[in-house]
Amino acid sequence: MYDADKIITGLIIFLCLITFPIYYNIATGKAAYRPEPKIVTEEKQCVESKGYMRAKHMDLLEEWRESVVREGKRVYVASDGKQYTMSLVDTCMRCHWNKAEFCDLCHNYVGIRLNCWSCHTLPKRD
Amino acid sequence: MSAEALGPKEVLKTIDYKPVKRSWLELTVEFRKGTYLYTPPRKLLDYLGLPNPRKWLPSEKDWQLPENWRQIILEGMKDRLSKYRSFQLFLDICVRCGACADKCPFFIGSGDPKNMPVLRTELLRSVYRKYFTTSGKLFGKLAGARELTEDVVKEWFYYFYQCTECRRCSVFCVYGIDTCEITMMARELLNSLGCGVNWIVDPAAKCYRLGNHLGLPPHGFKGVIDTAIEDIREITGIKVEVSLNRKGAEVLFVVPSADYFASPHWFTFLGYLMLFHEIGLDYTFSTYASEGGNFGFFHSAELAKRLNAKMYAEAKRLKVKWILGGECGHMWRVLHQYMDTYNGPADFLEEPVSPITGTKFENAKSTKMVHICEFTADLIYHNKLKLEPSRNDRWKVTFHDSCNMTRAVGLFEEPRYIIKNVCNYFYEMPENTIKERTFCCGSGSGIGADEHLEVRLRGGFPRANAVKYVRERYGVNLLACICAIDKATLPPLLQYWVPGVEVAGVHELVGNALVMKGEKPRVTDLRFQPLKGEEGEGDV
Amino acid sequence: MKVLYSLLAVIVLVLVAYVGVGLLGLHSLFGVMIPYAAGAVFIVGLVYRVLKWAKAPVPFHIPTVCGQQKSLPWIKANNIESPHNTWGVIARLALEVLLFRSLFRNERVELRRSEKLIFGGNKYLWLGGLAFHWCLFIILFRHLIYFMEPVPSVVLFVQDMDGIFEFAVPTLFLTDLVILIALTYLFLRRVIYSQIRYISLSSDYFAVLLILGVVISGVLIRLFYKVDIAAVKELAMGVISFRPTVPEGISLLFYIKLFLVSTLVAYFPFSKLVHGAGILLSPTRNLKNNSRMRRHINPWDYPVKVHTYEKYEEEFREAMKEAGLPLEKEN
Repeated sequence: MYDADKIITGLIIFLCLITFPIYYNIATGKAAYRPEPKIVTEEKQCVESKGYMRAKHMDLLEEWRESVVREGKRVYVASDGKQYTMSLVDTCMRCHWNKAEFCDLCHNYVGIRLNCWSCHTLPKRD
Repeated sequence: MSAEALGPKEVLKTIDYKPVKRSWLELTVEFRKGTYLYTPPRKLLDYLGLPNPRKWLPSEKDWQLPENWRQIILEGMKDRLSKYRSFQLFLDICVRCGACADKCPFFIGSGDPKNMPVLRTELLRSVYRKYFTTSGKLFGKLAGARELTEDVVKEWFYYFYQCTECRRCSVFCVYGIDTCEITMMARELLNSLGCGVNWIVDPAAKCYRLGNHLGLPPHGFKGVIDTAIEDIREITGIKVEVSLNRKGAEVLFVVPSADYFASPHWFTFLGYLMLFHEIGLDYTFSTYASEGGNFGFFHSAELAKRLNAKMYAEAKRLKVKWILGGECGHMWRVLHQYMDTYNGPADFLEEPVSPITGTKFENAKSTKMVHICEFTADLIYHNKLKLEPSRNDRWKVTFHDSCNMTRAVGLFEEPRYIIKNVCNYFYEMPENTIKERTFCCGSGSGIGADEHLEVRLRGGFPRANAVKYVRERYGVNLLACICAIDKATLPPLLQYWVPGVEVAGVHELVGNALVMKGEKPRVTDLRFQPLKGEEGEGDV
Repeated sequence: MKVLYSLLAVIVLVLVAYVGVGLLGLHSLFGVMIPYAAGAVFIVGLVYRVLKWAKAPVPFHIPTVCGQQKSLPWIKANNIESPHNTWGVIARLALEVLLFRSLFRNERVELRRSEKLIFGGNKYLWLGGLAFHWCLFIILFRHLIYFMEPVPSVVLFVQDMDGIFEFAVPTLFLTDLVILIALTYLFLRRVIYSQIRYISLSSDYFAVLLILGVVISGVLIRLFYKVDIAAVKELAMGVISFRPTVPEGISLLFYIKLFLVSTLVAYFPFSKLVHGAGILLSPTRNLKNNSRMRRHINPWDYPVKVHTYEKYEEEFREAMKEAGLPLEKEN
């Protein structure tokens, strides 16, 4: 081995860098953390299935927004035939009013910022 | 189709940068006259103790390779892979981005795709893949691997002697892959099969025995010096003193042997002697170490080291303080980057100090070897020389950076500073063709033989083309350079591509401009040509 | 032909993941085991490769000098292109690694009317290469979101900057767009330019197509075939904290992408992709131009046969004597 000091140091630094998240998570103690959004509602069923909502709620909300703002249509027919009013505050937030324990949990977890609240106001609930 | 028979225009018409259809893995080489070098006679290889001497020619079908030739190559590769990090690294990390392709003067001048540095290396890399990497063993041709056959060896011989180790490609490579390193390895491998080149082995053998490539014996050297003294006396009226093998001199002066043997080198040689006389330098030549260049370097590291050893040995025997080196390109590649490693430490010498200006050459404090341009530039800077640049007024000068002086040493400004002080008319070639991007003369690294003329003319075309540009634009009629191979091979090259441009060493121009104490009025320059304003008058 | 083989190889990889996860339901194999294996191969392979390079010495001092040497005090030395101290080397390597300095010099040579060489600037390769590598780096950095909890604000900041132009919901990242363009360019130049096509090997196409596959699948997932990314992070966090779980609700497309990434990572140390590690070891770039100031040692140096002065004088003594040259021994 030649230039071992420099090369080994370089390798160690590189390995430390790429494995940094491992130590970071150990240090923060959140390696096993998984967000469990609280659903505080009497309803048994969201507008669409849970799997669909988890992956694609942003598509639905965008569709609603386009429909309401651009076309003035406010009725959403879900895939099971039920009808809902397209409204973030009045429909979604009726059940999921606890933004901090619902929306924010996952959104913080995966680092996605919300811009809903730059136009909408958060409904007050005791 | 040989370039000698064709005019420049016809040759250029043969250049097509679009590669042929057939994959490079398949082509075999055709040894056409003008594109290959002759082989060394047995007795020279025997004299130097080099392996597998025999009588053969590249153009023959049977190269009479030794029976175990494949084993010799593969073991040689394995050995060098473990000895040279550059070799292994450069074989591993090329991404074939192609940036080097049109940087090689031989590709530009021939259009032969295998002269792209990347493919030149692939010629060897494909064999490396086949025998030294898993993917090559598994996927073969698909992974760019190929069997080591006699045809591959022939292709190596053809293309690794169409590389002048000029290192221009490595300037443009983002990883610094230096085809020179690959060429050096390939040539060592070829030489281990006895597949050498006479134009390299012959000077190396002469240098080994007689001290210089041209084979001048000690008394011959003495005779040459006497002629030089006589020439200077005729031009200046001054009799300079030159000593040979003198013990106790302050400086040992080593020049490439062409300087005292060939033209136009000779005039540079006169320039050195006049300069040293004028400043009263206490120096000596050595007949034993009468060669600065090192053709062993184009053969193998070992032969390079064997030839280079003489310089320090002689400096030690003559008890000089430091060594001064003349104008030569690959000589300085070896002196700057290899000598201290080969044959150092030079702890019996002193750190070089100019006895005239007192300048310490700190950049040479370990090798103790100073370049003549560093030395002279320092003299001029300190106003130690009286110069009359108008004596060079018949010249419109451009400067050709030699590959090794720039890309190995970094000697960019010193020669320019000297030229600007000794000439009134100086014009740079386009910036893409000078300094670190300079183009090779096309004949370096031991491939400058006459039988190789077509390759040389093609490889030197980019350089000549840039000279043509300044010739047409500024009327340049002199190319100054600081390399013995340049001085030997650029005149025929320029004669072919840009007639009307002559070649000179920087110290020829110094010698012309130097006003010496007690000199008679000069009527001719060092070439015995009338000075401007003196034409037609006097008794020249 | 070579393009076809490489494309075929990438398609086979996609199919393997499709069959493995979509048909056979081997979620933990493709979500956990293969990524672990790929990571291990990457680290072991890379360390092995670098140590193999390190095992070979640098016998001679061979920097490629691209600027004025340090010589006389009144001549301005170029410490970056011809470094004479460690800072110079660091600056040179940094410029090379961060900005691809040498590639920036690139120029195209043309022989006009079979007469004149024309040197044209050619910065596309530099631009394409630099854009690709920087985007790749930023994209990798953004992906730290899936590997760190809580997400560091610097990662969020980079993500915000990357998504500063809101093209779509969710935002199409600038780097995604640029890397697609850059990769397409890098691929097309190998197909279109005859010189580059001539020198390209299957592995060259394979590398660029594989990375293109990863990027395209990533963009598809982000924009069109969305997955439950909280579940994806759960998977990622589980893997790197060595408590792997396979959460529900991750789509097939994600597994395909993960398999392509795993392949890429495992392929890295054994291919030309290691150039990233190689550049720092390149002796033409990482050495100072100081070989006359400091002696460079060759560790395998060995004594060689030389022709000594004594032997030389022996042969020529008479002639030297006649010529009046000084001798060591008079006879």
